[in-house]
Amino acid sequence: MRLILSALAGALFGAGLFVSGMTDTTKVQGWLDVFGNWDPTLAFVMGGAIVPMFIAWRLMRRQAAPLSGGSFPAPPAPQIDHRLVIGSVIFGMGWGLAGLCPGPALASLSYGGIGGLVFFAAMLVGMLAAPWVGVQLDRAAAAT
Amino acid sequence: MMEQDWIWGLVGGGLIGLGGAVFLLGNGRVMGASGLLGGLVDGSGRSNWAERAVFILAVVLTPVILMPLYDMTIDTKLTDNWAVIVAAGLLVGIGSRLANGCTSGHGVCGISRLSMRGIVATVFYILAGGLTIALFRHVWGVI
Repeated sequence: MRLILSALAGALFGAGLFVSGMTDTTKVQGWLDVFGNWDPTLAFVMGGAIVPMFIAWRLMRRQAAPLSGGSFPAPPAPQIDHRLVIGSVIFGMGWGLAGLCPGPALASLSYGGIGGLVFFAAMLVGMLAAPWVGVQLDRAAAAT
Repeated sequence: MMEQDWIWGLVGGGLIGLGGAVFLLGNGRVMGASGLLGGLVDGSGRSNWAERAVFILAVVLTPVILMPLYDMTIDTKLTDNWAVIVAAGLLVGIGSRLANGCTSGHGVCGISRLSMRGIVATVFYILAGGLTIALFRHVWGVI
């Protein structure tokens, strides 16, 4: 049951990224490029995704447990720390540079060519390096 | 932008949101690409690795199934500058794991939940992305 629902969610996510054009890096960069030829597509994708998700969070409150058992995620932690802010800035820089984030990098893996594979490999290395970078950041934050 | 771009954007966005809804109401999980993938890579998601692997496989394979239905050529139009590709991949990997989320987790799932962390993260990565484009494209002419 859990695996079938995971596959269904992944298929919807992959299909959505594919048909929305979000695996086209020029569309993502075009949205971020407010000083250039601005492309609003990403805003429609975000808006289109947030509406069903907003309803889902509401439905969750009326549901005792997930369909396949277990429990719902805990309420989000309120604290805004240096890891969240600096991590988001680092992520945003990479996102702007290539026009790819983790979801579209996965969805385009089959047709993104060698460039897409190299980006994906570098992203995995970055994910492995993240805990070490986090410790350095924590040290720097504690020292200030 | 062609007129149909925003329609497909809206349709695709709806599918993404629906996927997140299935993952939340079905499995009780937040659908975040960097977290699902990252947990597999660094071993922190060992307890539910099969769910993660199945989700990721579905994300990768669904476009392969849909591609024949498309009459236009599909291209990511990724830069051919290798240094930019590697640097961007490293930054995306490090940043999304440090912040504990990316466009799907913080952007789609966080904002729709009115989570302060999701909103703050989204504001910062959009500002950083916009500034990066402004500098690297319009000031330095690298991308």
